[in-house]
Amino acid sequence: MRLLTHNMLSSKIKGVSNGFPLRIEVEKVIEKQVELNPDFLKNIFPKVDWKALVEAGRTMGFAELPEEADLLMLDSSEFLSKFHHALLELHLEEGALVCPETGRKFPVNKGIPNMLLHEDEV
Amino acid sequence: MHRSLHAFRSAYKMPYRTAQIRLVSSHPEVYEPCDDSFALVDALLADRTNLLEHQPSICMEIGCGSGYIITSLVLILGQEVPGVYYIATDINPHAVKVTQETLNAHGVLAELVCMDIASGLEKRLAGKVDVMVVNPPYVPTPEDEVSRGGIATAWAGGENGRSVIDRILPVAERLLSDRGWLYMVTLTANDPKEICLLMRKKGYASRIIVQRSTEEESLQIIKFWCDSDIQDLNEATSSPRKAAASFVGSLVSQFPRIPFGKSQ
Ligand SMILES: C[S@@+](CC[C@H](N)C(=O)[O-])C[C@H]1O[C@@H](n2cnc3c(N)ncnc32)[C@H](O)[C@@H]1O
Repeated sequence: MRLLTHNMLSSKIKGVSNGFPLRIEVEKVIEKQVELNPDFLKNIFPKVDWKALVEAGRTMGFAELPEEADLLMLDSSEFLSKFHHALLELHLEEGALVCPETGRKFPVNKGIPNMLLHEDEV
Repeated sequence: MHRSLHAFRSAYKMPYRTAQIRLVSSHPEVYEPCDDSFALVDALLADRTNLLEHQPSICMEIGCGSGYIITSLVLILGQEVPGVYYIATDINPHAVKVTQETLNAHGVLAELVCMDIASGLEKRLAGKVDVMVVNPPYVPTPEDEVSRGGIATAWAGGENGRSVIDRILPVAERLLSDRGWLYMVTLTANDPKEICLLMRKKGYASRIIVQRSTEEESLQIIKFWCDSDIQDLNEATSSPRKAAASFVGSLVSQFPRIPFGKSQ
């Protein structure tokens, strides 16, 4: 699971009012290099919750993202490569995603989060 | 048509790559690529020029099964639309694993999440998806088969095969961006006309891209896209003349999208 996916996931358990962002529990992180595409990054930037990305990056051992970011920073290639790395190259291979309200854990195995809910959670 | 399309492609030396069956992984409880899967991929191929022009940045599949469709979509858009974010879901934990293996075997990347339709993505992915593909469980069955689990989840569609489809449509509508496209497989028994009317009320135009009959079933692949003329039309229902005029307008605006040299 890339952090872009983490940035799009929330907990939909019955009664939870704000299930975002999910807390990450790390067992194993892997890195997969992919080509940097500035257009894609510029396009996706406004859709990303920056605070959640910074926090997730830190949890995954990458603490180089600035606390705040704005569109102007996308002109800096140094910023772009950090953004790219955090968003698309770090993968949570093993671990869990934790609902911020209930503490319910969603396991991540072989890079795939299992967000299925039990009957009493729907 | 599947065969003729291949002949067409090789005759014009256009080796569009799709997922190769021999590289598609499998599991006893995961749906294997079938006529419906092939029809959906053929529809994507038939619409390839439009897809390339569309330059989607987020593409999504609901119910990825073996991964045949999402892998094909990645390969079809390929290098010409770089840096796309692909994400696929399935309710069956074996299916997302098998999809991962299929993607790996083709050397391509997509994100996978095991969930019911798009439940954990609806909030944050709303209005962001540019292309969505769905081959839903569409076979008419008794209602209780839908949630029985196992391989039946892959095809059991409840009454008129509409149980899961009718849950997917509002989600698709929510997730699609203003310029988003949805490609969906339906069976004649699902009453595709009524599905198109339903979507029309939400502002979506539709067109059947591929129609195919096998011994057992008659399938169509429908493409839906947001059409501002239809939205105007829905708002203008009080003025029938204006409504009729914009209805014709929306039909005309569909013509340039019709692919040439294809039998339907
Ligand atoms: C007809 S199969 C299509 C599989 C594959 N996309 C293909 O075309 O070969 C339908 C798939 O949808 C999945 N599915 C059924 N109900 C679902 C739900 N509520 N949420 C997510 N996936 C679902 C099934 O597990 C199955 O893999």
